[in-house]
Amino acid sequence: MKMTMTQKILAKHANLEFVEPGQLIMADLDMVLGNDITTPVAVNEFRKIGLDKVFDEDKIAIVPDHFCPNKDIKSAEQVKFIREFAKGMSVKNFFEVGQMGIEHALLPEKGLVTAGDVVIGADSHTCTYGALGAFSTGVGSTDMASGMATGKAWFKVPEAIKFTLTNKLEKNISGKDLILHIIGMIGVDGALYKSMEFVGEGVKTLTIDDRFTIANMAIEAGAKNGIFPVDDITLEYIKEHSTKPYEVFEADEGAIYSKEIIIDLSKIEMTVSFPHLPDNTRTIDEVGDIKIDQVVIGSCTNGRIQDMREAASIFKGHTVHPDVRCIIFPATQKIWKQAMNEGLFDIFIDAGAAISTPTCGPCLGGHMGVLAKGERAVSTTNRNFVGRMGHPESEVYLSSPIVAAASAILGKIGSPDEL
Amino acid sequence: MKASGKVIKYGNNVDTDVIIPARYLNTSDPAELASHCMEDIDSEFVNKVNKGDIIVALKNFGCGSSREHAPIAIKESGISCVIANTFARIFYRNAVNIGLPILECEQAANEIEEGDQVTVDFDAGIIINETKNKQYTAQPFPPFMQEIMKSEGLIGYIKKNMK
Repeated sequence: MKMTMTQKILAKHANLEFVEPGQLIMADLDMVLGNDITTPVAVNEFRKIGLDKVFDEDKIAIVPDHFCPNKDIKSAEQVKFIREFAKGMSVKNFFEVGQMGIEHALLPEKGLVTAGDVVIGADSHTCTYGALGAFSTGVGSTDMASGMATGKAWFKVPEAIKFTLTNKLEKNISGKDLILHIIGMIGVDGALYKSMEFVGEGVKTLTIDDRFTIANMAIEAGAKNGIFPVDDITLEYIKEHSTKPYEVFEADEGAIYSKEIIIDLSKIEMTVSFPHLPDNTRTIDEVGDIKIDQVVIGSCTNGRIQDMREAASIFKGHTVHPDVRCIIFPATQKIWKQAMNEGLFDIFIDAGAAISTPTCGPCLGGHMGVLAKGERAVSTTNRNFVGRMGHPESEVYLSSPIVAAASAILGKIGSPDEL
Repeated sequence: MKASGKVIKYGNNVDTDVIIPARYLNTSDPAELASHCMEDIDSEFVNKVNKGDIIVALKNFGCGSSREHAPIAIKESGISCVIANTFARIFYRNAVNIGLPILECEQAANEIEEGDQVTVDFDAGIIINETKNKQYTAQPFPPFMQEIMKSEGLIGYIKKNMK
């Protein structure tokens, strides 16, 4: 029986020779993740089990990043509650403000996830680590509680859609444009319950940051996970960041996929998702005249160093439009320092953009950039649902950092070609 | 196990941000979450919902954020069952794990309308629309998931299996 890359990782972690789509398995977990919103619910569920310790203090990560630095008293109470739990349980990977970054940028950077791992996180964008050749998927708080208690999770083995990538992306086109294009093509439930496996010669032309962005948004097509093969680019990243043992899995020759989609990367254009679903995409030339009030550059999707550099390459020598607030969120302390040392902050500040400490805040309408009624934002985040960034009558347009930066300068959605 | 109630109907891709907006996620208190349930797509939901009522929706119900606060808010509102064409996978897991009954049935989801009186027999997987006098059969749950639901969720299941 031939297996996909995801199926092989799952089989190994379930101690089985083979698995097949639809099979229910119990798999061993290499990492269990939660944040300040989902962990409080998980802690309450964990307490109900009645255990006085977690399965492995090293294999749990708790990252208070959503409403942190604490936005109000209730958020502060939630973080205090999980901090005390982490201390009481000797959870090693609890990241306080100052160490904290946006979880899905932070875990790979800290070397806590690696190729061949099985990871669950009580956050839907946990699928990000597929960029490193891991099986990682978002779950809820009760799954997190159960994972912390037992070190295991139940999964229904997914079938996969194979995306074969050819050629390479043109200048000013990034992984974000590619994943928005794909979601626009297959829809927000186009990969429901399935894996998205990216293969082909084109993969080698994608940077690791592009791959993180692409895997991150697999959930926006309904997928269980998105995953890339492990190559020299992956190994270089892993060796730089992690001392954990890793294992390279490859899909079997002749593995069965529910569908194969071939994508010529050279044909991908700058792409924007219009309200109120990520699959409502248009290419930049179809956008029309849409004035904006705010631009957000950052998040678990696009807050990495490449994103900062790309935004800076557009802002250089320009200023943010007087009718626009532009807020930039490097995703971790390390990225923050790197961006600062490379002189990117000078460019942002000279352009009139604000730079924030790492937080998920604005992406989910939490804090640090909430929208008023009728306001429009261009955002490098991952969701543009009704009310996602604030008032239910506000609007979010999703784009790459390059389009977001150009739009901030123009005061309307646009491309660098219009500058 | 049976459920019976009046139907509140929604469309495609009801995401967890509209089921419970993030601005209310600075608490995990079920009653407080329920007081804002569905607020951003149906501000009348909290006023019209009665204990036992059933939500019926189309494709991809519960997509987006993994927040378990969404099925918790629905359950605490008194909803006895959610029937949809399909569920987003994290919502599906969360509903099973917290013991909120859900059923996938395309025909029922398409045909049942707002205000219909519906009865669900979970053991048989049968949905009866009393108002329209029609009957549907839903996809049965695999035995493993039925076990979780009989244990009132994953935590109950784990406790039972640890003894």
